[in-house]
Amino acid sequence: MAKMNLLQAINSALDLAMAKHDNVYSFGEDTGGFGGVFRATSGLTEKYGKHRNFNTPLVEQGIIGFANGLASQGSYAVAEIQFGDYIFPAFDQIVNESAKFRYRSGNEFNVGGLTIRTPYGGGIAGGHYHSQSPEAYFAHTPGLKIVMPRNPYEAKGLLLSSIFDPNPVLFMEPKRLYRASTGEVPEEEYTIPLGQAEVVKEGADITLLAWGAQMELTEKAAELAEKDGVSCEIIDLRTILPWDVKTVTESVLKTGRLVISQEAPITSGFASEIAATVQDKCFLYLESPIARVCGLDVPYPLCHEKEYMADHLKIYEAIKRTMNY
Amino acid sequence: MAKDKKHNTEIVTQSQWFDGDSVTIPMLQLLKEDGSLHKGVEMPEYDKDLIVKIHDTMLFIRTLDERMIAAQRQGRISFYLASRGEEAESVASAAALDQGDMIMGQYREQGALAYRGFTVEQFMNQLFSNEQDLGKGRQMPVHYGCRELNFMTISSPLGTQIPQATGYAFGQKMDKTGKCTICYFGEGAASEGDFHAALNMASVYKVPVIFFCRNNGYAISTPSQGEQYGGDGIAPRGIGYGIKTIRVDGNDVFAVLKATQEARRLAVEENEPVLIEAMSYRMSGHSTSDDPTGYRTRDEENEWKVKDPLERLQKWMLSEGWLTEEHITSQHEKVKASVLAALKEAEKVPAPHIDELINDVYDTPNGLLKEQLEELKEHIRKYPDAYPKTSGRLD
Repeated sequence: MAKMNLLQAINSALDLAMAKHDNVYSFGEDTGGFGGVFRATSGLTEKYGKHRNFNTPLVEQGIIGFANGLASQGSYAVAEIQFGDYIFPAFDQIVNESAKFRYRSGNEFNVGGLTIRTPYGGGIAGGHYHSQSPEAYFAHTPGLKIVMPRNPYEAKGLLLSSIFDPNPVLFMEPKRLYRASTGEVPEEEYTIPLGQAEVVKEGADITLLAWGAQMELTEKAAELAEKDGVSCEIIDLRTILPWDVKTVTESVLKTGRLVISQEAPITSGFASEIAATVQDKCFLYLESPIARVCGLDVPYPLCHEKEYMADHLKIYEAIKRTMNY
Repeated sequence: MAKDKKHNTEIVTQSQWFDGDSVTIPMLQLLKEDGSLHKGVEMPEYDKDLIVKIHDTMLFIRTLDERMIAAQRQGRISFYLASRGEEAESVASAAALDQGDMIMGQYREQGALAYRGFTVEQFMNQLFSNEQDLGKGRQMPVHYGCRELNFMTISSPLGTQIPQATGYAFGQKMDKTGKCTICYFGEGAASEGDFHAALNMASVYKVPVIFFCRNNGYAISTPSQGEQYGGDGIAPRGIGYGIKTIRVDGNDVFAVLKATQEARRLAVEENEPVLIEAMSYRMSGHSTSDDPTGYRTRDEENEWKVKDPLERLQKWMLSEGWLTEEHITSQHEKVKASVLAALKEAEKVPAPHIDELINDVYDTPNGLLKEQLEELKEHIRKYPDAYPKTSGRLD
């Protein structure tokens, strides 16, 4: 075990994956010798050479198109998009190509070796274009897997699973926690299965569900609620697509209450999808409406970042409203 | 030689391959590094007032950049992005334009904006995201914009403004405005698909647009030669799209001025889109978020210091008697004082009112947004200490 922050855990996963197979490649804007703007890929060029970890020209559609081709050839392509906000020029390659490669060819070809890493999320004074959480756009796309880890241990195990999963994976890294989140992480290889949520804390009165950086705020809100005598069950969804319906619904059948929190704007966010499924599966067991604590339906604002965010106080208030319904 | 008329191409009977050496694009330089003019050069249109204004604007921007990098290090603003070493590109090109021409920048063209007349107070209000910022404090520092000065608001995603410039210029042409659009971007952004779409469409529609590429050697840490592109920079791409193209020394005020004056004439009088590739060097980091020592050497930086655009112009002006050392010193001090005074003022101006959170998402806020704002206000009333920027004035 070693103490690592989230970036170091990601770096460690990449390192181990590249050591394991010669055909694992890591690339993106500034990810070569410089090690990326957040330094997630630092040291990899020195260790594996500039043909295994390298800079790309500044063209996201090219990065993912290139990665699709490389993965279809049988290699493992780990592509970094510098900020989640800059993924959209690659939307066509991801939605129409990565996601449909296997299905459209009748499994003659696939891009299972593709993993797209990208930092997402706000709370870092990043304004409109360094703060967004675009997971829901991609969650509308069958064929993709979407993973969002909450801490260093999770990040490493989930990234290793993502790289070697036989399907294209969009791996979204909570950049607010890159250095802020630290913890004990095994130095060797280990994996955490995709598609499985984790019950982080068991409780009886209410289920709190989140993913990525929102987990930290949810746990903080739960601490406040526990002081009021509310027993909270906390679940980290971990994989957004395909999501673990069973773990979530089993919890709600037990508690009868659900608060979901996401960073992204509320309308058409993934929390809405979960709420729809849970009311379908748990309708008669619900004691109160399912609450969603999310960003407002406005572009991510710099000057009102604090007000905009779905912070722990907003989650706490939602817990109280749900309990007192 | 026979000709295939359908494809408008000559027919040859032996293989002929073409490569990067088939077309070599030279660089226009009028003012040498030592501040003297090359012999027999054809100068742009200029007079003393114009050159002094260009100089003072370059000096203003350099001083502003220095002060704001210091302010960022002190934690007074969250972020800054300097244009040191590239002031001639943005200022001298803006000086070749009409005030009514549209400017679409990438984010390192504060020089063009200052030349247009953006005041030191306006710069500060944006940098401090206060309620007097024209952009209502919503974007990161240096994302300026001003309708009155025909300077389109900056957007962080790279290259998105390039095809927009083609579209804007199409409108200018159709409306017979007699104006053009200049679009700035870096050699890194020229890798984006948007760049290629923009040049191709401009060539097809013959619109009055000037594509101005600031080739400053780096896209954050990625060097241009060999890692951003394999060919001879950006200029040959213009020819590929059938666009009139020139390469200039971006650190030479006169070369930039001359090329942009000619480009404007071609754009406005002949509806010819133009590509200018200005060769320069980003003397500072990409922004305050990176440290250039992680990806380049001091020796390399020193090589470019002797090519400094501001010092080069100053040498020439001093020799012409158009400038004195005293003017440089006093102007620098004057700007420094005005920046500091404006900074102190801007810091005191409050953040935009919380009601602004939902304005401008659409032309008018819809019912759902109004509801969300009311819920938010109710929440802030409950926890005023957690939201100190806005809790003091919710009504």
